Amino acid sequence: MVKLTFIEPSGNRREIEAAPGQSVMVAATTAGIAGIEAECGGSCVCATCHCRVVEGGAALPEMEEAERDTLEFTSDAMGETSRLTCQIEVSEALDGAVFEVVGH
Amino acid sequence: MAGIVIIGAGHGGTQLAVSLREEGYEGPVTVISADPDHPYHKPPLSKSFMKTPDAALQPLRAPQVFADQDIDLRLGVRVETVDRANKRLTLSDGTSCSYDKLVLATGTEARKLTVPGGDLRGVFTLRTAEDARALRAALPEATQVVVIGGGFIGLEAAAMLAGRGLSVSVVELAPRLLGRAASAGIAFEVETILTGMGVQVRTGTELCDIVGGQGQVTGVRIADETLPADLVIVGIGALPVDDLARAAGLEIDNGIAVNAVLQSSDPEIYALGDCASFPDPESGERRRLESVQNATDQARALAKTLAGRVTPYAAVPWFWSDIGAMKLQIAGLLQGAENSIESRTPEGRLKSVYHLKAGRLVAVETINSAGEHMLARQMLAAGFTPEADLMRGGDPRQLKAAFVAAQS
Ligand SMILES: Cc1cc2nc3c(=O)[nH]c(=O)nc-3n(C[C@H](O)[C@H](O)[C@H](O)COP(=O)(O)OP(=O)(O)OC[C@H]3O[C@@H](n4cnc5c(N)ncnc54)[C@H](O)[C@@H]3O)c2cc1C
Ligand code: FES
Repeated sequence: MVKLTFIEPSGNRREIEAAPGQSVMVAATTAGIAGIEAECGGSCVCATCHCRVVEGGAALPEMEEAERDTLEFTSDAMGETSRLTCQIEVSEALDGAVFEVVGH
Repeated sequence: MAGIVIIGAGHGGTQLAVSLREEGYEGPVTVISADPDHPYHKPPLSKSFMKTPDAALQPLRAPQVFADQDIDLRLGVRVETVDRANKRLTLSDGTSCSYDKLVLATGTEARKLTVPGGDLRGVFTLRTAEDARALRAALPEATQVVVIGGGFIGLEAAAMLAGRGLSVSVVELAPRLLGRAASAGIAFEVETILTGMGVQVRTGTELCDIVGGQGQVTGVRIADETLPADLVIVGIGALPVDDLARAAGLEIDNGIAVNAVLQSSDPEIYALGDCASFPDPESGERRRLESVQNATDQARALAKTLAGRVTPYAAVPWFWSDIGAMKLQIAGLLQGAENSIESRTPEGRLKSVYHLKAGRLVAVETINSAGEHMLARQMLAAGFTPEADLMRGGDPRQLKAAFVAAQS
């Protein structure tokens, strides 16, 4: 199991366990992390799984074009470290990563 | 206090329950759903769920969220009658349940085939988790698949099964795929993609019946030909689940008729999502949409109304479909569009179609162009129509620059 930490929109920090192979979004919604609505269920079209990576960014896989475009043109404020968590696969390398939920 | 009772724990019902709490509603919230599975995302059922034999359902909200938010979730229980005079429901488990406000979020059910053979083993529809599990369990034995109906769900399934190496045909009565759901140009691209994956697309083809032996499907008869099949997927559209509303005497008009605040002809009863028809915020024309966006955004609006801040529903509709490697996205509504502007890739492939009505942008369809789609949603919400050349160019950065300049 891989440990991931989320900072919920309320400021609350929660550490969860994620299984390698699932997406960070699925791990977060399964654990009931607040603010990740994941309306499209991981199809990279809703941007409601948007998080900013606070720690562990170097271990993340590169963004593909669809993720980059969806983020760049969503009405949310996009930051340098913004990611759509449905597009990130959990792996051992992510252990200890910290995500700040953008929320809506 | 009986509080708010929601029938249906699909995309709309679940979102409403959670949004009611976010909006500060503190009374009892009860969600009753005939589906025994913990509330799950439906779109993956025809996409990722089918690809891997052991993929799990994706919860709409974790079980813990319902507990934490004090939402009484009753699964595998069907509401059988609505007694409006006494504001009471009778349930399939023999109990009854009172409500102060009732919300029908009962969704749609698969339209049934009227030709013989629909009840043979090996013939499937795809609406619920149970359907998807049954279909998935039959895949290892299947070699030849016929998909009946060229709508989104059938085409997604066709692409996915072709991707697994099965021989797949699609039979569609209309002269082209996707009917009124997408424009002709987009439907042509979809057909090209499917054909490229080895799917046989037969449009303008009438189905005679489904044939079988010993209770198991063996083929699909069209005109004077029989397409061999050991698995058939019927995807000929969906019908609103409005039986409870009908029996209770509520107004029905292409589903449960509601007003701008999603209220039915009984002021204590509301309806939303796939089962409800609502007046278009601009034209007043009645619409019923089947999409995740429609169900969840209506739920968010209704939560505000029920929490005390009356909020008419008015959101830009959007939709997506993953057909093989193609991501098709639609923002706005195609109905009533008068002319369109196409944008193509440097290789000449159709990338997006901008639809106009009386010179105003009303809808944008895109293929594998996520940025353009996200931007289109904002432009439509703001009522902004870019210059024709910018739409033809389809460069989201230039479109955004024009949009931002016009907003300031
Ligand atoms: C395979 C598939 C793929 C899809 N793909 C996409 C997609 O890519 N993009 C998109 O935007 N949309 C897609 N959709 C459509 C989307 O899932 C629906 O629009 C959405 O689920 C509608 O939400 P809803 O809450 O109105 O109804 P539903 O989610 O259908 O929920 C209705 C619920 O009501 C319950 N119910 C009905 N009658 C009763 C009763 N009498 N008592 C108790 N419970 C009852 C049902 O059991 C069900 O749980 C897809 C749908 C399917 C089936
Ligand atoms: S869940 Fe919709 S974009 Fe990630």
